[in-house]
Amino acid sequence: MTLSTTIHSDATRQQADAWRRQTSLRRFYTALGVGLLLVAMFATMWFADEANAGHFFDRLPHILDFLSWLVPKDWNDVWRALFDIASPGDKGTQEFNFPLGRVYIWGGFYIPEYFELMLTTVNVALVSTFIGFVFAVPFSFIAARNLTPSPILRLVVKRFMELLRAFPEIVIAGLFAAIVSIGPVAAIIAIGLHSIGALGKLFYEINENIDMRPEEGLRAVGANWFERVRFADLPQVLPNFMSYTLLRIEINVRISTIMGAVGGGGIGEELKLAISRGFGAKTLALVLLLFVTIILVDQFSAWLRRKLVGEQAFLMSA
Amino acid sequence: MAAMTADEISAIENRHPQIFQRPAYKRFWPLLLVAGTVLYLGYALWFFSLPQVLRESHWERLPLFLSQWISYDLQPEFRLDQPEITPKYPRFSALGENPDPDWVIKNPDGTHTVQIDGDAKSVTFDKTKATITANGVTVPIALTGSKPVVTGPVPDWVTVHDDEIVAKLGFAGEVRVTVDRVKIRKRFLGWANFVFDTRSPFFGKPYGEVISLIVSGPELKPGTSNLALAADNFWNNAQWQHGDVWTKLLQTIVMAFLGTLLGGIVAFPLAFFAARNITPSGVLSQVLKRFFDFMRSVDMLIWALFFTRAFGPGPLAGSAAIFFTEIGTLGKTYSEALENIDDKPREGVLSTGANEILVQRYGVLPEVVPVFISQTLYQWESNTRGATIIGAVGAGGIGLKLWEAMRTNSNWANVFYMVLLTLLVVFIFDNISNVLRRRLSRTLHDYNRLQAERG
Repeated sequence: MTLSTTIHSDATRQQADAWRRQTSLRRFYTALGVGLLLVAMFATMWFADEANAGHFFDRLPHILDFLSWLVPKDWNDVWRALFDIASPGDKGTQEFNFPLGRVYIWGGFYIPEYFELMLTTVNVALVSTFIGFVFAVPFSFIAARNLTPSPILRLVVKRFMELLRAFPEIVIAGLFAAIVSIGPVAAIIAIGLHSIGALGKLFYEINENIDMRPEEGLRAVGANWFERVRFADLPQVLPNFMSYTLLRIEINVRISTIMGAVGGGGIGEELKLAISRGFGAKTLALVLLLFVTIILVDQFSAWLRRKLVGEQAFLMSA
Repeated sequence: MAAMTADEISAIENRHPQIFQRPAYKRFWPLLLVAGTVLYLGYALWFFSLPQVLRESHWERLPLFLSQWISYDLQPEFRLDQPEITPKYPRFSALGENPDPDWVIKNPDGTHTVQIDGDAKSVTFDKTKATITANGVTVPIALTGSKPVVTGPVPDWVTVHDDEIVAKLGFAGEVRVTVDRVKIRKRFLGWANFVFDTRSPFFGKPYGEVISLIVSGPELKPGTSNLALAADNFWNNAQWQHGDVWTKLLQTIVMAFLGTLLGGIVAFPLAFFAARNITPSGVLSQVLKRFFDFMRSVDMLIWALFFTRAFGPGPLAGSAAIFFTEIGTLGKTYSEALENIDDKPREGVLSTGANEILVQRYGVLPEVVPVFISQTLYQWESNTRGATIIGAVGAGGIGLKLWEAMRTNSNWANVFYMVLLTLLVVFIFDNISNVLRRRLSRTLHDYNRLQAERG
């Protein structure tokens, strides 16, 4: 935008000059920043391409070939794969052995394999979020500046939670896979420990922002620390705690899927297998199931959060 | 304070019926929630067959693994059926080609002494007998028969097997004695050969000597300066693989950076068309919003697996996976930020007769850019953590290397080294992002304050 005004006096002229100088300097810095960012972007693109097993422009024409296996010869195979119904294309190969995975519950009644695996993944997420919640709540009271008198204790708990949050989950999972055997329990421990750190941080920040007047009231009638936390703090923060916990469930479902792919059991493992072997119908069935589950979990959590804390939940979660 | 009378209590109850006479479901929902949680946990216990898993788990391995994170061991073996007793070390032991440690002592009387923890924990042996000293007790073992025999009482840290006697000496190590060999494991605190591996000409030299060699020594490898040689030896250290680890770490950082940046660049224009107050068409807005939901809900894992198959394993696949997920996440947050703007600046710019693009540039952007950048930084930060896990499924970076190092359960020190580097990277990037976001929020704060002062 250009500024075209009639300049009346020296003072105005000086002001206009100063404004122009400031703007051009500012524009220069913006251009410099954007330029640096672009340089970094192309440099990292080149680096990523160099380090990759297949290169971008070599592989690009083959993207569609790669998608061609995804399209099943018979679209009904997707449903058959999902519900473990025998396929006419079954020639004893792994690609179409749908009924093999049936989990019989009672007589001829079975749960299809992929639903069972999805259930495992969701259960891993729920249990690990529960572990995270149970430990994060007391930790968050100790870590909050306004509730804990001892700065040393606060610092220790805060650093501990930071460590849990930053520690790579796969290392914890790998360590516990060697102890409790590979599978969902190791994934629960890994995601649970991470959730303690992640929820604890959010929780103590909520605790530090509470209204302290109820707490003062309880202090005045001689309540001890536990009573003050229970009757002054907890009622204020519980809806927010619940809201963050629900948000954590959404994240943990995603993480537990990934954990599955590296040996944590559940749907991730099967998905990795199906994609790497190029089983089109199985892949589509798994992606569909996972997609629907994630949307359902997200919608349910959003609905519950809206009930708990109203629109506020969505401003914070953004 | 006087106690309240019954009348006063009932008067308060009558005055506040909404507190004292709440509907039953409201009074009992916390109880129901707790009961439901307990029931669910019982189900989960059964579902994961937790009692059985815990019974079959090997918790005794945990301290062992954890101690391996920060220590290494050497395992000399002495064959007693050879004419002369000499220590043999496994290939690639941390001592290099010609091991001659000062804790293996050849005594004048022909016996050998191995100090496992000084003289307090040591073993002395020749072909006929071995003597283990530890915890203030001396345990003599006769090796003349067909199997080793402890002469005297057996302390509880010594286990007598059929043809082998095992003495566990805690963290320091252990001694295994059979009639024809003595095998020792001696544990050292720290990381062995962290700087130079055993093949390097600098191996085993004290730091002062290495530095003087680098600064002014004769060329160890003709044609190469000592500094270049030292750097090359460090970078290609066979045991620690510094070069490979750091390259992989850089790949992880690049994946998060590139994925988030590209996601932001693509999401930025799309968000304008998805924001209900800006888009020319409501249908377009709905389509784009569902598209963002789709990109977000098809998990990062699925994208990673697809792109690993399409481009082969490596950071390109990881970047692409993060890129696709971020289009969804950033598109959603950007369009929400756009929908929450104040419409007055837009109307002002519009009233000057500016065209559609100028309205966005001067009426909308100044308000949302700080929010956009802040959200993008936040995503960048969380993707730096996420890129580690994504890597383990084949999308490149440190994740895959970590996973491979852990699968063998033998190289925990390397795992810990990589974990420390990852923690450092996460810490640095968290702080960069925090500082930038705090500066941005200060700008936002100032802006809001000025607005408020103007009324």
